[in-house]
Order: sequence, then structure tokens, then C-alpha cells
Amino acid sequence: MSDLRELYQDVILEHSKAPRNYRELPKANHKAEGYNPLCGDHFTVYLNLEGDKIQDVSFQGSGCAISKASASMMTQSVKGKSKEEAKKLFEQFHELVTGQANGNRESVGKLAVFAGVSEFPVRVKCATLAWHTLQAALEGKQESVSTE
Amino acid sequence: MAANSVPLEFHTPIAGTNIPGYDVEKIRRDFPILQQQVHGHPLVYLDNAATSQKPRAVIDAISRYYERGNANIHRGVHYLSEHATAEHEAARRTVQRFLNAADKREIIFVRSATEAVNLVAQSYGRTHVGAGDEVLITAMEHHSNIVPWQILCEEKGAQLRVLPINERGELRMDELPKLLTSKPKLLAVTHISNALGTINPVRQIVEVAHSRDIPVLIDGAQAAPHLKIDVQKLDADFYVFSGHKVYGPTGIGVLYGKLALLEAMPPYQGGGDMIRSVTFEKTLYNDLPYKFEAGTPDIAGAIGLAAALKYVEGLGIDNIAAHEHDLLVYGTEALSAMDGVRIIGTAAQKAAVISFLIEGIHPHDIGTILDREGIAVRTGHHCAQPVMQFFRIPATARASFALYNTRQEIDALIEGIEKVKEVFA
Repeated sequence: MSDLRELYQDVILEHSKAPRNYRELPKANHKAEGYNPLCGDHFTVYLNLEGDKIQDVSFQGSGCAISKASASMMTQSVKGKSKEEAKKLFEQFHELVTGQANGNRESVGKLAVFAGVSEFPVRVKCATLAWHTLQAALEGKQESVSTE
Repeated sequence: MAANSVPLEFHTPIAGTNIPGYDVEKIRRDFPILQQQVHGHPLVYLDNAATSQKPRAVIDAISRYYERGNANIHRGVHYLSEHATAEHEAARRTVQRFLNAADKREIIFVRSATEAVNLVAQSYGRTHVGAGDEVLITAMEHHSNIVPWQILCEEKGAQLRVLPINERGELRMDELPKLLTSKPKLLAVTHISNALGTINPVRQIVEVAHSRDIPVLIDGAQAAPHLKIDVQKLDADFYVFSGHKVYGPTGIGVLYGKLALLEAMPPYQGGGDMIRSVTFEKTLYNDLPYKFEAGTPDIAGAIGLAAALKYVEGLGIDNIAAHEHDLLVYGTEALSAMDGVRIIGTAAQKAAVISFLIEGIHPHDIGTILDREGIAVRTGHHCAQPVMQFFRIPATARASFALYNTRQEIDALIEGIEKVKEVFA
């Protein structure tokens, strides 16, 4: 059970049950869809970009506990950040969930609770789906992104 | 034996299902892979609708072929080539017997059930389906019995029609006559639904379709391991199945087709073995079944498949069906009694497949937690996205049983589900 508890931490379960910023953003000027065809997870990320700054961010969709909690905590983490800061954070988050962070968890802040994902390689796509979608929205891509 | 394997005698006694002469504990010893632990628990393999495990007899038949019998077939005059050719043809006769086909030329070896459907769509379909024509499938098909027909219909300007299902996951048979009045060129239907477990009334479907001269392809990928198949009694025009779901190796599958239909069909792929003579002006095609077997086939796969079918025949498919039905009834009762668990697919006629949901918990999370208990189930859309769309769900968790599963393993599944609920409590 220990690695399961490591994966399904209370914070993650709590966010999956009550996701933050879970709504459509009326003022969104960027938006992207993300899809994991293997498990059917599907999210839309809404962005309000002012110049280089993420003024507001929200999401909607359906997915497993990991993907939903990740999307929820992502919106909290990137709000107010610049595009570059958000992309840098995704890189650090990706290293964390794929086990390449080498013990450096401080840089990702609260997102460190996702470190347990690295013990479950098939769940990495769940944890990163919202982030890939965010990146597509930041880059203004029109097509939906897929984890495959 | 792998280092993490545990001898069977250390397992607690296995609850039998009281089928006379059906000794599941003895049967489990025929499957080396079942003797291991996963994440510190005895492996409980309940993903049989995805692929089944292989008995020692199959593994040995393949090893024996490569150790002592390997050669290309229909080529050499030498001893090994003759021997390999004879074994390959013997495998074809075993498949013929398994399906009760009238003629061994009606048995075509392919890669998989998927390839068999594609063969029929590309060969029979392209010569019989034209602009404005229809092809009829059902709402519970696996993607492999949808997409080949979609490709054909797109190419030809034909229309794909779909026989709907009801809330129990049964075909709406009342809708069938109506859909047949526009005379589709072919009806393709699954014998058993992989996502729901529904056993379809294929004999009745063939009868209704034939009364309007509409040929029927039956996808038997899920049926071959669980039911006695008699293509003559069914009067199926085409019947397809995969080796790996019926305890054989991956990479081998079977297309059965009625002789007259196959004879009239053009080749699917060109190459060696499928020709009689080749010049740059004209190629004469070989006789059946070789016309549809271009290139060196999966000889070891055919031999392994024959060993698997003999293994199934040895146990008796009716005994297997009775054992699995007991597991289905036991599992359905146990899961139905659990709070927050909902079974998707409640047809009156079902094979041993239980698709389920736990309220408030995504199937993917169920699968991960069960895996840590050593329990292998499938989670996702099961390559049947239209079925998921019908039930307005993104995915299910699916436990599917085989001839070697036990009531005790279902108990382990129930305990596992309790653990899932505990994690999410």
C-alpha cells in the first residue's frame, strides 16, 4: 500500500474530488483541448493571457484522479506566471513525475505531491495531460493535443 | 521458473466450481505464467478478453517446432520442409474440426481476427459494395469490426448503418428487419461483445439476413475461447477469430469463409505462395486456401494455435463454458452486492465478462490499485468507443474470466475493490 499512498496522497484525492478553477473562462483568449485516447481522459484548458502574463486560467473535462488533480493544481501554480515561467515549471514537473528530478522537489512547490507518479510509469500521461494542453493553449495551437 | 515464482502448493486451496471432472487446480498447473507473484501477491489474471495465457502444451509445441522442425513450407523437397508443410496443414485440419467447417480449403490463416475482417472488407467488400450501397454492423462492435467497413464505405461512397443496442447491452433485434429492407451488401456482427459480454443470437441473425440473401460475417474473437462454434449450423458466410484469445500465440488468426464465396473473391495480398505461375504479363493465382496466404506464413503460430485448440477440446468446450458460467454468476452476485458498484452490460445471455464502475472513482484508478494487489483487469474503452458513448461513460473496468480462473480469484477481486474504495474514502 505504501507506494499507493505515495501516489494517492490526500492532497491529490482532495483536488480530484473538488477541483479548483473548474469552469469555463468567459474572458478566455486562448483555449486548447487535450485527449488521452487510451483511457478517454479529456480536458479543455482556458487561458486569459495579457501580454506575456497568465492573468487567469481554468479547465473542464473528465479524467482519473491523477489527471484531474494535476489539472486543478496546475491552474493554481501557473496563475500570474509568465509564459516562460509556466513552461519552465512544466519541464520541472515532467522531470519530477518521470523520476528525473534527482531529489530536487523544491522548485515545483506544492506540485511535489506528484512525485509518487514516477513509480507508476503508465500514469505519467495522466499527470501531464493538462500540462500538455496548457502548453498548446500558450502556443495558440488550434488542434487538440493527444498524449499518443 | 522465475525467481519470484511460487509453487502452487503454497497457495491456499482453490474453490472449485463443481463441474464434474473439471479440476481447476490441476488445470492451473498447465499454465506456467499463473504460478508467479505480482507486487508480492499471487497473480490474479482477469484480463482474458484482451488476451489469454498459454498452456505448457502450446509453449512446447512452438519450441519443438523451432528446435526440431523449422523450415519454409511448400518449397523444398527436403525432409524438414516436407515435415513443416505437413504440420502446417495438420494445423489447418485442427482448425477445420474446431469450427466444424465442411472443407479445409475454407480455413485461411491470417495474422488476427482484425486482419481477417480487413481481408473480407478489401476482397469481398470491394467487389460487392458500390456507391449508394450499405454495409450493416452493430452498435457493440469492436473497432476492428467497424473501421475496416468505414474505410470500404468511404472509398466506395457507400453508407455504414448500425443496428442499435438497448440499456442491457443487447442488440435491438426488433430493428433488424427494418435495417435489412434497404438490402445491405453485408452484415457484420460480433458473436460475443468484448466490452459487455453479451452473447448475440447469431444463428437467428444469419437466418433473417439470409432470407433476404444478405451474407453475414461473424466476429468470433471473444466466442472461440468460450463457446462451441459450428459454422455449418450457424450457416455463417464468414467467421473470424484470433489465436491468442483462445490460449494460442499472438500473430495468428483464422478466416473461415464458405468455399463458393472465397473462390469468387480476388486475392487480398500478392506475393509468394499465393500464385500458380508468374510472368510479367499475367499471374495465375493459386487454389484455396493459398490464394489468400501470400508470403511465408506464421508456421509456428499455426502449430501453436492447433496445440491450443486441442487443449481446449481436451478439456471440453462445454465443460469450460459451464465453469466460466459459474464464475460469471458468482462474480455478478458478489459485485452487485457491493455499495457503489454498477455493472455495465446485463444481457440475459452473457459470457464471463463483467464490465463495472465504482461510483466517484475513475476506472483508471481502479486498475492501478488492483494491480498493486496482483489483480490484472482491463480499464478503458476496450476498443469499443461507441459502446461507451451509448452508456455515456468514458471507460469501464473489466474483469474477464477464462478456463483457469477460480471463485477464490473473484474473492480477491472483491477484496481489491474494497481496497480501492478505502484509498478513495
